[in-house]
Amino acid sequence: MSQTDAIDIDREKGNFRFDVKYEYDAGTGLSEETIDYISKAKDEEQWINDFRKRALKVFERLPMPTHWATKDLENIVFENIRYYLSQGQMPSRSWDDVPDEVKETFERLGIPEQERKFLAGVEAQFDSEAAYSRMQDSLEDEGVIFVGSSEGLKKYPHIFKKYFGKVIPTNDNKFSALNSAVFSGGSFIYVPPGVKLKQPLQAYFRINAESFGQFERTLIIADEGAEVTYMEGCTAPKFETSTLHSAVVELVALKGAKIQYITVQNWSNNVFNLVTKRAWAEEGAEVKWIDCNIGSRLTMKYPGVVLKGRKARGEVISIALANDGQHQDTGAKMVHQADDTTSNIISKSISVGKGRSTYRGLVHMPDHLKGCKNNTECDALLINTNSRTDTYPAINVQGNGNSVQHEASVSKVSAEQIFYMMQRGLSEGEAMSLAVNGFVNDLVRQFPMEYSVELKRLIDMEMEGSVG
Amino acid sequence: MSQLEIKNLNAGIAGQSILKDFSLTVPKGEVHALMGPNGTGKSTLAKVLAGHEDYEVESGSVLMDGEEILGKEPDEVARDGLFLAFQYPLEIPGVSIANFIRAALQARQEDGEKFDAPAYYRRLYEKMNILQIDKKFSARSVNEGFSGGEKKRCEILQMSMLEPSYCVMDETDSGLDIDALKIVANGVNLMRGPDRGILVITHYQRLLDYIVPDKVHVMYEGRIVHSGEKELALELEEKGYDWVRDELATTAS
Repeated sequence: MSQTDAIDIDREKGNFRFDVKYEYDAGTGLSEETIDYISKAKDEEQWINDFRKRALKVFERLPMPTHWATKDLENIVFENIRYYLSQGQMPSRSWDDVPDEVKETFERLGIPEQERKFLAGVEAQFDSEAAYSRMQDSLEDEGVIFVGSSEGLKKYPHIFKKYFGKVIPTNDNKFSALNSAVFSGGSFIYVPPGVKLKQPLQAYFRINAESFGQFERTLIIADEGAEVTYMEGCTAPKFETSTLHSAVVELVALKGAKIQYITVQNWSNNVFNLVTKRAWAEEGAEVKWIDCNIGSRLTMKYPGVVLKGRKARGEVISIALANDGQHQDTGAKMVHQADDTTSNIISKSISVGKGRSTYRGLVHMPDHLKGCKNNTECDALLINTNSRTDTYPAINVQGNGNSVQHEASVSKVSAEQIFYMMQRGLSEGEAMSLAVNGFVNDLVRQFPMEYSVELKRLIDMEMEGSVG
Repeated sequence: MSQLEIKNLNAGIAGQSILKDFSLTVPKGEVHALMGPNGTGKSTLAKVLAGHEDYEVESGSVLMDGEEILGKEPDEVARDGLFLAFQYPLEIPGVSIANFIRAALQARQEDGEKFDAPAYYRRLYEKMNILQIDKKFSARSVNEGFSGGEKKRCEILQMSMLEPSYCVMDETDSGLDIDALKIVANGVNLMRGPDRGILVITHYQRLLDYIVPDKVHVMYEGRIVHSGEKELALELEEKGYDWVRDELATTAS
């Protein structure tokens, strides 16, 4: 195959771990002491410690959302999770200074190589903290900031404090509260007015420790007329016990700015992946989420855009693949708050075997607005009869000056289609993989080359593995 | 040994026997036509040869160049060199013809062998040129929204690219107008050669005006009841399948 092995994060490749000595280990369980431990390890200012403790109270108060979401959430045992693990050092700017076992981890995942090839900057997070963080010098000269969350709050409070926790308030949901209490790592990015990044910035999130919770926090601010593309990848080894990944990602696109946020997740089957992602788009700004969810035990993720300024545009393009034993509960939220705002949601889900896909959408257009448009398409593909797919679109549109379009389809890969492809020499897995790739093909064409190649490879592997 | 040899094949579907002691040998270098009325088991034969899992084989054997193919997975039989042109080819939405054939060829490669994409496209366009297929055709999704003629052309293109040792054409002429029929026949004629055996399954003699067979077999109620030269097809056309039925009734009584 003519593959540029640009982003090499296949499932088997990610399935390894090193025994690492952690300088800081907050132990299992979550209490105010845990938070004090984290704050001390990070040498945080008092206001952050206060912010965390308030969030802990909110987390404890809010119920699990099992009245609408899956009961599987009840299987998360919060007191068995380790909330902070780090080797106690600042992220290196050179791979040479990264501790050996951590460096080897990222080398096996191909990160340094990708950085040389096509990235403007990389942050590599190992459990709770970034081990490596570097951006091209020329971008630094232009005033671009790309640092970890702790460093961002410490060094640039005048920039980041204004939006931190504003797009997604602590009490948005139980897991955003949890993240706010124990967040560590993630990226804080600021792109000054008019600066357009030609190459993407990338973060790579790696879980190495068992029974661990990763709670990265990302805030990206594109100032007026700025443009940035951010990509994230993630892996974890297969453990016997479940692992929790609960991130909060806030994007702010000021007037005329463009942000593109791309995720290709490839979690192992024991990861609860409960992530809150939302953006603000001011006048004429554009925010596009590209979200590919492969792997994990349960993913709940509904990237959203709040269209705050006239002519703002929001887009969510998502692909979810639920294999045996997996539940992908994903979707999108579009909140129109200004005239002439447009939003576009395209969701494609694939359910294989006993895998389950759920689409939840929310489109909100109040009646005082004019000239707003939303287009929602959700397509589901079922392979094998046990697969399950549900669609819950909530479209709340008032007023006559707005337009909404909604299309949904469910299709199946039939045994006869598989037979036809096998008669041409393809194995059963190859045939299913080809059908799935055909199903998502029109979306994948919009992805950057490196990610479309990677996504195709992940689909191939998932389908090969699903043949009994 | 260089032949497709079907011996005393008994097979059916859902507990119903359809092929009854069916025997037929197609040597390389020959084109055989298999004719018969509807419901006599022609398509069942095609599916059984290709290894379709819904069909049950009770007894018999199918040797391809001396090797048993019954019991093999459909993809293995295909890679071993048997191509089935479908009566009703299936749609694969979002997958272009070019990518589909490419995937089929890659499935035949050894592990680690590199695929020569430029050479592949040169060969693909060469074949399309010979088959008088427009270049844009290979960018369309496999069979999606195709007319009957386009579907059959797509089958012939796949066949010529995969270069199988044996081709089974299941009612390839059904639903074709005369122009499409000529294109398909032209494709089959181009594939004729000493290294290939071809079995053309058809209900009508019409296709055989353009593909002149070396042998004609008449199938009735799960087995071959007549074999002869190409003239047999004409005789059948003239007298109709009732002739076969009446003659069998006479023999039985």
